[in-house]
Amino acid sequence: MTASATNSPRYLVLEAGRADRQYWRDLWRYRELFFILAWRDVAVRYKQTVIGLAWAFVRPFMTMVVFTIVFGKIAKLPTEGAAPYAVMVFAGLLPWMLFASVLSDASTSIVGSSNLISKVYFPRLIVPLSTILVALIDFLVSLVILAGLMLWYGVVPGWQILLLPVFVLLALLCSIGPALWAAAVLVKYRDFRFIIPFVTQIGLYISPVGFSGKIVPEQWQLLYSLNPMVGIIDGFRWCILGGNSPIQGPGFVIGVVITFVLLWWGIRSFRRTERAFADLI
Amino acid sequence: MNDVVIHAENLGKKFQIGHHTARQENFREAMMRGPRNLLRGAVDMLQGRSVIAGDTIEEFWALRDVNFEIRSGEAVGIIGRNGAGKTTLLKILSRITEPTEGRVKIKGRVASLLEVGTGFHPELSGRENIFLNGAILGMTRVEVRRRFDEIVDFSGVEKFIDTPVKRYSVGMYARLAFAVAAHLEAEILVIDEVLAVGDSEFQAKCLDRMSKVANAGRTVLFVSHNLAAVMALTRRALVFGGGQLHFDGPIEAAITRYAASLSKPSEDRNWGRGHNSALISANLVDRQDRPTDRYEPGEPLRMRVVVETDGMPGMSLELLLRDELNLPVAFYSSAVFNQVSLPSVAGRYECTISLQPYDLAAGEYCFDLKTTYTNVGEDHRVDNALRFIVDTCSPGGIPYNFKQGSGQGTLALRLEAPLRFAPLPTPDPD
Repeated sequence: MTASATNSPRYLVLEAGRADRQYWRDLWRYRELFFILAWRDVAVRYKQTVIGLAWAFVRPFMTMVVFTIVFGKIAKLPTEGAAPYAVMVFAGLLPWMLFASVLSDASTSIVGSSNLISKVYFPRLIVPLSTILVALIDFLVSLVILAGLMLWYGVVPGWQILLLPVFVLLALLCSIGPALWAAAVLVKYRDFRFIIPFVTQIGLYISPVGFSGKIVPEQWQLLYSLNPMVGIIDGFRWCILGGNSPIQGPGFVIGVVITFVLLWWGIRSFRRTERAFADLI
Repeated sequence: MNDVVIHAENLGKKFQIGHHTARQENFREAMMRGPRNLLRGAVDMLQGRSVIAGDTIEEFWALRDVNFEIRSGEAVGIIGRNGAGKTTLLKILSRITEPTEGRVKIKGRVASLLEVGTGFHPELSGRENIFLNGAILGMTRVEVRRRFDEIVDFSGVEKFIDTPVKRYSVGMYARLAFAVAAHLEAEILVIDEVLAVGDSEFQAKCLDRMSKVANAGRTVLFVSHNLAAVMALTRRALVFGGGQLHFDGPIEAAITRYAASLSKPSEDRNWGRGHNSALISANLVDRQDRPTDRYEPGEPLRMRVVVETDGMPGMSLELLLRDELNLPVAFYSSAVFNQVSLPSVAGRYECTISLQPYDLAAGEYCFDLKTTYTNVGEDHRVDNALRFIVDTCSPGGIPYNFKQGSGQGTLALRLEAPLRFAPLPTPDPD
């Protein structure tokens, strides 16, 4: 039994406001729960649906089609370099959907598993973190669509594609910070249940998803980069479209810095409210 | 001193609760209340306080000044009325919630079972749920796999192990859930009311399993309203009342103490109300219709119950008689036993219930009262609504007092005809 074997015969002390030194060790000890919760969400997700996993294809594909028609054909916005508009849109849609699904799933996950929170102890971070795996699976499905699109349009990626995992990680880090904060706040104030969908909806249009970030005038670029997703989407396009979409250095650095500030802030506020979850939920 | 595994010092837990002050308000006040509450909510939120519904906020100590020590290998019962602080204590010990003051020191791994089947997902099969539930309770996959056959065997649902649990019957579900929990390995086991599942055969199996755990040198904390189960499992008990530890000692003394606290009339006679009906008051009455708290065996058992109804048809009035150990003794349902419902005209009624004479053993009893809707839905239930005492029970008319707690049940059997002994030829000794 792992727990007792590694347990030193020291006392565990429970008292008010005590910073739990064991926390990070417990998080590691409960890693199996992390995978099991993710597996449960995946296993249950498409039960009793007719087309099942096909939903993971339909949603991003249809969004891409609509954006290409509205922004590319009707509004006639420019693409990046010589890249087909559809591929450009999809390269932006990938990180955005990853961000949006982690944000919305992780932020509601604590309230959604109130039955667990009020009955069993485990490091609560596991619950929002386990939603990442589910979002990643959807992301992999979308990658397959992207590969299909690139084949169709004959877009050959450059060496930059090898850096894609770095940007996937950044998109995850960028989403998990605000998601943890929102999850903690949502336990107290259920108002955020209505705010989160609103944020992801607005964010879809103020982030360069359906259009290229480069059409924003030069003097506003730095301000625009305060939205960390701007730098990350830009980086995705650079990885996928290669030379057609050069990465913008300063904007990218700002995005990364903000991402880590949000991450630190999210973990801090989550850890602070976590011990009261069972009383508030 | 070294074998103390749980040490609680001045433990306390505070909650904040909101009250709605019910009073008449005019239209203008009602209109103003919305914006005012919105403003207060917004200020609370900005300051990071929790939003509590209600006009006044009150602090409430669910647990206060609790001190005790539990040694390795002890099985300890925790008893007390609803709201005495038992569950709060268990939640603190199992790290679900944090104490407001004081501290607990714990040595060893704690596994807590505050409910069986925590995290069971209806769409997943029995097999999948065993792994899911095991992980939630803190077992590793290797542990679950090692004990998988044992768990399935114990639950008795082998045939349906790959069926989604939403197709299970309530009993099967409970059996599977308990089976996982029963195979937890931990030095300290904290159990709340989990025996209240399944049929009596399975309950006996659970009880047997629990006593094996308790005898295997593990520390067990056991909360239950089932005093017989607590008595069978433990030798020591903590009695809680109103958030305080009232008694800590041998189980027999603890149960006496607990029973004594139950017999005190509850100060608060406001029983609340159900959706369609409300039980207002209940009294035992003697032959002259005067309220009493004594019952004379052999007399009709009479009571007066005041009940309100909104006229909903098909409402039934039910009684459950319990003995000193809170075990059910007898039951009555007006709809099922007599096809009589509450009046279908809204109003308040006094109902006189006159039961046949019973030879109840001497001791204390209580009735739980309940109104139900078409025999299925519980509308208003009041536990311990009516308490009474039987001083002596001498069915034979001789000075022999048939008492509760002598291990002979609660009802003296009466003969319908005199005993007859007919002589038979003695069998030949071969």
